[in-house]
Amino acid sequence: MPTFQLDITKEHCPMTFVKTKIQLSKLQSGDLLEVFLTEGEPLNNVPRSSREQGYNVLDISHVEGNVHKVLIQK
Amino acid sequence: MGDIDLTVLNQPVAQKKLSLICFSGDFDKLVATFTLATGAAAVGYEVNIFFTFWGLDAIKTKQGRAFVGKGFLGKLFGFFMGGLRSAPVSRLNFMGLSPKIFRYLMRSKNVATLEELVEAAKVLEVNMYACEMAMHILGLEKSDFIHEVKGVLGVTTFLELSEGGRTLFI
Repeated sequence: MPTFQLDITKEHCPMTFVKTKIQLSKLQSGDLLEVFLTEGEPLNNVPRSSREQGYNVLDISHVEGNVHKVLIQK
Repeated sequence: MGDIDLTVLNQPVAQKKLSLICFSGDFDKLVATFTLATGAAAVGYEVNIFFTFWGLDAIKTKQGRAFVGKGFLGKLFGFFMGGLRSAPVSRLNFMGLSPKIFRYLMRSKNVATLEELVEAAKVLEVNMYACEMAMHILGLEKSDFIHEVKGVLGVTTFLELSEGGRTLFI
């Protein structure tokens, strides 16, 4: 199934989840989205908000430094 | 799998609602309005913004200074009030220099600019409404506003729309 990527490591509130939500809204059901984000508010908020919105958070993994990758399925 | 426990995330939530009364046309307060609106809409809130008085400047089709409005006084006010791009900051405006500095700072620090927040609000289908009474005073018509403005309302209709949610006056 198609996997898309979104880098929000340079974004700040509220655009971290706003951009994630807009990207997810463009995908088909079942598509995967890899979101690269930083520790703190984005890492705390994006997985929780995605799950609350009905998306599946399949994995959260450390990439390097303070960057993490969240794998979301629509 | 990664290093974070995913089980705590699975908490379904009911539809929530946030209604904002956007009275101010100041740059900084419009940033606050649209930051709250987009953030709430992104996490699933139904969001309503009721633009009144100076807040109407934010939704004008013509974003700079233009003689928008009816009658001599209406057009004059319309010109001095301007639109989104001519919004002053509420303190230390320095004759319009400060909003330009703020836009530069926001871009250079990767913070969403006011225009980006407004575009995001459109994409996220934030409900935008204009105040009928303020439009009448200023000689404005719905056609003077961006097409995303869903309607022209009075206070009673806004109260019905905002029923059961949180309401903020900005």
